[in-house]
Amino acid sequence: MTPLPLYHQLLDACAALLLLLSFAMLSQRRVVTLVNLYAVQGAVLAAATLLLAWRTGEGHLYLSAALTLALKVAFLPWLLHRLIRRLEVYWDTEPLLNVSGTMIVGLVIVVFAFALAQPITRLTSTATRSAIGIAVSVVLLAFLMMITRRKAMSQVVGFLSMENGVFFGAMSASYGMPMVVELGVALDVLVAVLVMGVFFFQIRERFESLDLHHLESLKERE
Amino acid sequence: MLLVGCIALLLGWTGIGLAGLLRPRSVVLAGRFLFPLGALLGFALAGLAAASLLGGGIERLIVPLGLPGLPAHLRLDPLSSVFLVLLGASSGGISLFAGGYFRAGEGAPPGLLCLQYHLFLASMGLVLIADDAYSFLVAWEVMALSSYFLVVTQHRMPEIRSAGFLYLLMAHVGAICLLLSFGVMQGGSWLFTFAAMRAAHLSPGWAAAAFLLALIGFGAKAGLVPLHVWLPEAHPAAPSPVSALMSGVMLKTAVYGMLRVGLDLLGPPVWWWGLAPLILGLLTIFYGVLFAAVQTDMKRLLAYSSVENIGIVFTGIGLTIVFAGSGMKAVAALALLATLYHCLNHAFMKSLLFLGTGSVLHATGERNLGRLGGLIHRMPWVAWLMLIGTLAIAGIPPLNGFVSEWLLLQSFLFADHLPHEFVNLLIPMGMALVALGAALAGYVMVKFYGVIFLGQPREASLAQAHDCGWLERVGLTWLALGCLALGLFPLQVIDALGAVTRQLIGAVVPQASPHWWLLAPVPGRPVSYGPLVFLTATLAVVLLTVFGVRLTYHQRVRRGPAWDCGFGAVTPRMQDTAEGFGQPIRHLFQSFFEIERELPAPADRAPRYRIAIRERIWRLAYEPISGAVERLANTAARLQQGRISIYLLYSFATLLVLLAVALLS
Amino acid sequence: MSALDWITQVLEMVVALAAAPALLGWVNQCRAWLQNRRAPSLWLPYRSLHKLFHKEAVIAENASPLFRIAPYVVFGAMVLAAGIIPSMGTRLPLVVSADAIALVGLLAAARMFMTLAAMDVGTAFGTLGARREMMVGFLAEPALLMVIFVASLVSSSTALPAITEHLASGHLGLSPGLAFSAVAFILVLLAENARIPVDNPATHLELTMIHEAMVLEYSARHLALMEWGAQLKLFNYVCIGFALFLPWGVATGHIGPVGLLVAIPALAVKLAAAGAGLALIETVSAKMRVMRIPEFLGTAFLFAVLGLLVHVLLGA
Repeated sequence: MTPLPLYHQLLDACAALLLLLSFAMLSQRRVVTLVNLYAVQGAVLAAATLLLAWRTGEGHLYLSAALTLALKVAFLPWLLHRLIRRLEVYWDTEPLLNVSGTMIVGLVIVVFAFALAQPITRLTSTATRSAIGIAVSVVLLAFLMMITRRKAMSQVVGFLSMENGVFFGAMSASYGMPMVVELGVALDVLVAVLVMGVFFFQIRERFESLDLHHLESLKERE
Repeated sequence: MLLVGCIALLLGWTGIGLAGLLRPRSVVLAGRFLFPLGALLGFALAGLAAASLLGGGIERLIVPLGLPGLPAHLRLDPLSSVFLVLLGASSGGISLFAGGYFRAGEGAPPGLLCLQYHLFLASMGLVLIADDAYSFLVAWEVMALSSYFLVVTQHRMPEIRSAGFLYLLMAHVGAICLLLSFGVMQGGSWLFTFAAMRAAHLSPGWAAAAFLLALIGFGAKAGLVPLHVWLPEAHPAAPSPVSALMSGVMLKTAVYGMLRVGLDLLGPPVWWWGLAPLILGLLTIFYGVLFAAVQTDMKRLLAYSSVENIGIVFTGIGLTIVFAGSGMKAVAALALLATLYHCLNHAFMKSLLFLGTGSVLHATGERNLGRLGGLIHRMPWVAWLMLIGTLAIAGIPPLNGFVSEWLLLQSFLFADHLPHEFVNLLIPMGMALVALGAALAGYVMVKFYGVIFLGQPREASLAQAHDCGWLERVGLTWLALGCLALGLFPLQVIDALGAVTRQLIGAVVPQASPHWWLLAPVPGRPVSYGPLVFLTATLAVVLLTVFGVRLTYHQRVRRGPAWDCGFGAVTPRMQDTAEGFGQPIRHLFQSFFEIERELPAPADRAPRYRIAIRERIWRLAYEPISGAVERLANTAARLQQGRISIYLLYSFATLLVLLAVALLS
Repeated sequence: MSALDWITQVLEMVVALAAAPALLGWVNQCRAWLQNRRAPSLWLPYRSLHKLFHKEAVIAENASPLFRIAPYVVFGAMVLAAGIIPSMGTRLPLVVSADAIALVGLLAAARMFMTLAAMDVGTAFGTLGARREMMVGFLAEPALLMVIFVASLVSSSTALPAITEHLASGHLGLSPGLAFSAVAFILVLLAENARIPVDNPATHLELTMIHEAMVLEYSARHLALMEWGAQLKLFNYVCIGFALFLPWGVATGHIGPVGLLVAIPALAVKLAAAGAGLALIETVSAKMRVMRIPEFLGTAFLFAVLGLLVHVLLGA
């Protein structure tokens, strides 16, 4: 077996770390840790982007690495931590499906994601194409997390993590999206979090809790 | 010549069985004379078959018996020889035990039992040497029927009768599938010899259909999930030697059949056939061991553990087929070896355990784990011999269960070179399930052994328990020695099994090491296991520790009451019951079980806690099916009017229709 | 097999025997420092072993011979395991006969004897401990096996020294699967050695015990062997971790006495670091409820399986 070049190994390691972090988020009940894990995921993503930028020499990748660092490692986690403190939601309640069950489903999802990514992998020629499967897994796992959690806070983190997956997927399939799109997405995420932050306060004011099952009572009764 | 010898021995078994009818009520004749004689024949059979296995040749014989124009074809080849060795060697130990076990006044008279028992043995032997579908199925049915009668030995109990019925039903569902499978495999030649089936060219679709039917048929006999439901009912119902024989040997005839059909009769296998036994096998491992962990009846627990072990065997078969179909012959041989090895192992260890539960049952009259305990003091022979079986089945090195698991895991580790991408993803999960199953088996076995033999007796009557008799001891010792030998001399066993892998796969597992004590089945990879050295090293370290401690310090011992953190009186009711020990599993895997609890009220003066666990599969699959069958039968029953003229009308109408058809065509 | 190989072999076991109590002492010391307590002496475990060996053994009246055999088996299994794990050199004569799967089997054997002995006297705490230990074991054991298998697939061998040599040779670089299995391994290590968050080794509350509940009935030399066995177990697990994830410093191949001389300080440094790390983990985490343990270990198991999957997927 010929050893892969170092940068490629590093990229693979980053991809594996992203997946690892996704699973760590899946198994985590504490909202604070969840946000921290999200920040670490952002950092790994930034590192991977930087690595790719250095390898391919594409200038806009440097920019998006910097953007990732600023937004996903620093600003959003700070914002979320502040929200947590203000809203005093430190723990999620018992998830809808227990952790082991969620993880097993996650395992199946990973296999599925890789099967799904197989045709894309064959089409692309980038050095990072083996990571596409991981990107798809990260997206789906984040989705899974959003499904199984009760607290709105965890769902927001899930949503953000999903965006990480999409970003990583675009990066490994075609060395990143066009800069405009990327900036747009970053702005979207920012706005979404801010809107959701406002929304949280509204929910809490209305129900005195952030547990989303209260929203079920909004349904019209027949 | 060896084949003739084998046939003579099978006839000998039949003769012994008939001799039991001379004085059917005599325990001395059957127990002290006929059963030990049957054991001798068993050992002789094992010897003959071993000679044939080492010779590696194939013998054929056509006996003019059976249907006109279809004489019975018999054949002794390496594959049958292995299973004959298994049959002979383990049934020898079981027969010896049975000689001391069967007593008068327990259901059927001993002479009759002797006949059924030896017919059962002989029919299993015939299944293994049959070389045409007709004699195979006849032997298969005799096997099913004789074992049915053995299961319902105590036919006065309604639950035993219903267990027997369930067994018979499943056996026949399986037999129908086998019949259909053989029907497909003859491939239009209408010759039902196995030779013709080997020569037949089936289209891929038909071949897959034959394989699937055989999988269902043999799976029903072997206890593959979801066709395993009869096993946990029939095994506890049968007398212990019969349970041992059914679990240790009869399940293996189904494995034999699967190997015969999948790897021999159908020609070179297609790799994706292997996925069905692989996935079902993995499922069976997990399912069996989970249910074993929550049982409270010691024989039911063992029955579920048999289900688990059959899962391991079928996983091995699946892997063999996947590898063989992908052209990886050396690895396929390794997987096949693991399969066969596990069959041998399971025959010895499970027989040992079932017989041990028989002794416990005789000594205490209890099958319920909640009423046993502390028997290691009263029954040291049974307890210490059972410890070997317990450790072996839990896969503890250097005993035999470990060897086959080691081989299976090694063949799994090769699977990353498979040319099929999707299967590659399944392999790690398979490996994980096998490992999880092995660890859970340890859990089950600690529970089994700890609750029966260790701790304090849970009932006062246990103080009267007595150890087993000498014939029983000999039988148990033989099986325990078998476990040890299979564990310590894997290389010799593997050498002998080489003839089978050569016959079925066309490759042998190479020996990469020059040492006779070192198992190194993978050339080019530094992978090896030497049980003898392992045992020696363990013993050496343990003995050194013992002597070291004795020499350096003192060896004073004082006996006192149990400390128990100073909580005062320790009563037997403070120990975990079987339910208690299984609680974590029950809690963790709740969704697998259908649990019915009766919790005592807080103010209850004599609180009783009861829990009943059923398989969901009954409600999900079997009850709807049986309901549908019943509805169908009720619909058909409308035809039954009771008036003779109506019946005549039916006949008349049928006749008219037939005549009309004849007229039109 | 040269004489030096045999010397390495014996040396590994002797070093393990000698260093295992010190490792535990070191972990306890670090823990005390981190928690702002005055630390006990590094030699405390030795003194308690010595004291225990001198005491007269008291055995429950209804204990069977199994109860008396078990400490020797447990201890012997752990010593032998120390001889199989390449902590200093990789040319170990014993390893030919026992690969990593056999090592896991050996650890399982120790566990079985320990749990059976715990059930032998028939006290409430004994069976409670046995049940919980098996609950930990049935998930930790396959998890450990899966962790080892990731490394086995990377280096195509199940023999630990071969794995270590392959990983230490460096041309492999980073393996993504190993990242997962490393996390899984740490979780398994905590659970198997009765550390916080799974079990509290210093607890005095019987209802929360796992390991301690099993050895409650033991006293004097039997208890000493059980305790020493537990210390060896911790040492062994840490060394398995080194063999799989930090193989540097181990004398590979026929290096000779010089290699060994390098290996011993390297091992000492790694042990010190690992002990400090362990103390840190124990300090920052809180003990879990017992029924959370399967979840914790299930996570470990699934991480290990994921490691295998990722290894297969990212196409070695």
